[in-house]
Amino acid sequence: MDGSPDLKNAGPAQSYSGPPDYRVVGRHGVFPETLHDEVARLNFLAHMNRHLSTRIMPAVKTAWDRRAGPAFEASEGRAPKDRHEVRKALLNDPYYQAWSALRRATMEQRQQAGRWIALRQAETLAAKVEGLTGTDARLDLDPALPIPRYVSAVDHHCMPGSYHSEVFPGDVSGAANYDCGIFATTGGALGRFSDGGGHAVVRWVRKNMPDFKPRRILDIGANLGQNVLPIAQAFPDAEVIALDVGGPMLRYGLARAKSMGVENVRFVQADGADLSRYPDGHFDWVQTTMFLHELSLTSMKAIFAESYRLLAPGGMVLHVEQPQYAPDMPLFEQAMRDWDAFYNNEPFWSTMHELDIDGFMVEAGFDRSKLIHGGVTAVVDKDVFPDAADDDGEDYGRKAAWHVIGARK
Amino acid sequence: MSIDLALALSSAKPAGKRPYFMDPSVERVLNILMATVQELAVTRERLDTVERLLEAKGVVMRPEIETFEPTTDQAAERGLWMQEYLNRVLRTLQQEAEAVRAKSDLASEEVAVEVSKADA
Repeated sequence: MDGSPDLKNAGPAQSYSGPPDYRVVGRHGVFPETLHDEVARLNFLAHMNRHLSTRIMPAVKTAWDRRAGPAFEASEGRAPKDRHEVRKALLNDPYYQAWSALRRATMEQRQQAGRWIALRQAETLAAKVEGLTGTDARLDLDPALPIPRYVSAVDHHCMPGSYHSEVFPGDVSGAANYDCGIFATTGGALGRFSDGGGHAVVRWVRKNMPDFKPRRILDIGANLGQNVLPIAQAFPDAEVIALDVGGPMLRYGLARAKSMGVENVRFVQADGADLSRYPDGHFDWVQTTMFLHELSLTSMKAIFAESYRLLAPGGMVLHVEQPQYAPDMPLFEQAMRDWDAFYNNEPFWSTMHELDIDGFMVEAGFDRSKLIHGGVTAVVDKDVFPDAADDDGEDYGRKAAWHVIGARK
Repeated sequence: MSIDLALALSSAKPAGKRPYFMDPSVERVLNILMATVQELAVTRERLDTVERLLEAKGVVMRPEIETFEPTTDQAAERGLWMQEYLNRVLRTLQQEAEAVRAKSDLASEEVAVEVSKADA
């Protein structure tokens, strides 16, 4: 296929363990064109991220155990009482500083690389998207929608312009940047179309509730729809709503879905905290995937309340997230997981991961006895991509292994 | 034009104050260095592509590259290039050394005062 006689059983590929070459990325109809050196830049970043997590990060633990931790105890006369004390002590350690500076630099380089690709062809991409979506009733935009403070205050994961900005009317370069660069951030762990999370949800639902036949599905915080398309494909007779506050993401998302042959998704610009446009009990399934940590406390509670109201009896809500900071999680691990909260512009991440999500679900109306807890890992083509289920390593907050928190109504 | 957008905006700062983990001037150099490291990897990948295409077309076999031995003249040209290259890259150290040896270096600002005097 690629000129190698037998990719898995002969030659260097047999012993290779690492990110696949970027060129296996899935290219749908509005995926940006990438030139040789642009691809090479993303290949470097995928390897850089892997190097940081597998070669450099483990020594941050050593530095904590042997140096920064004992120094804290020597000066304070006690062990740290929470993850914030651990993180602040780590900030004084030269190895944590070096790892942090490199991790931040790598994220900024990833944004730069993706933005260069997307912006240099921004007008072409906008025209392609307009051609696919211009008169399509499945695109339901609300340009007057206020952008929530939790989106506008700082740009999440250092992505300039976040999900909502456009450089010119009709611009989709922010979405194209997100789409073409996430492969580098995750080292391909989310699969060809960066949709391993969506496939994982489908597999989990098929296994745990084989008789579930949703007619209407709502994905809140759908972004460009990468994780809702596998759900829409698994339930082709369902009417699926991909909801987000970011108009450019939704325009790109509908064009992307159509070019991939997925026709049963509407892309709606709205705030999940106020879904009064839909009547009570309208949906059988409300889904969020890696979304709660980008909210605020008030919006999360409002979204939980709306989820409860919108679900039909017997309906299901599922939230896919990184694991909560349970009491048995070491403070060092909690501090490391908090890195993205404070140094990668994910400001709700830290608070969200310590909350009693079950309690908030019950407060929203769900019956505690009907809460759902599970775990999933990204579902990918294992011949080509690294499988998080086989990976014993840890990338504190970045690994494609998630918790499922949900409820039946 | 998209290329102007790319030049102006691809390296844009995300909203939010940037954290620094070390002396900002040191971290600045680290950031420039890592971008340079990335571009070296890009060039290496491109060269690898060229070598493999040349090999596929039967122009150059890659083992020939590995076992290539320059003639004496070629080695001299390459050696000269390496000397020139190091001189250029390590310019600042040569200038520091010259400064240490200089006996009475003046700052231009001092000379500016001197040459502006009415009786100079």
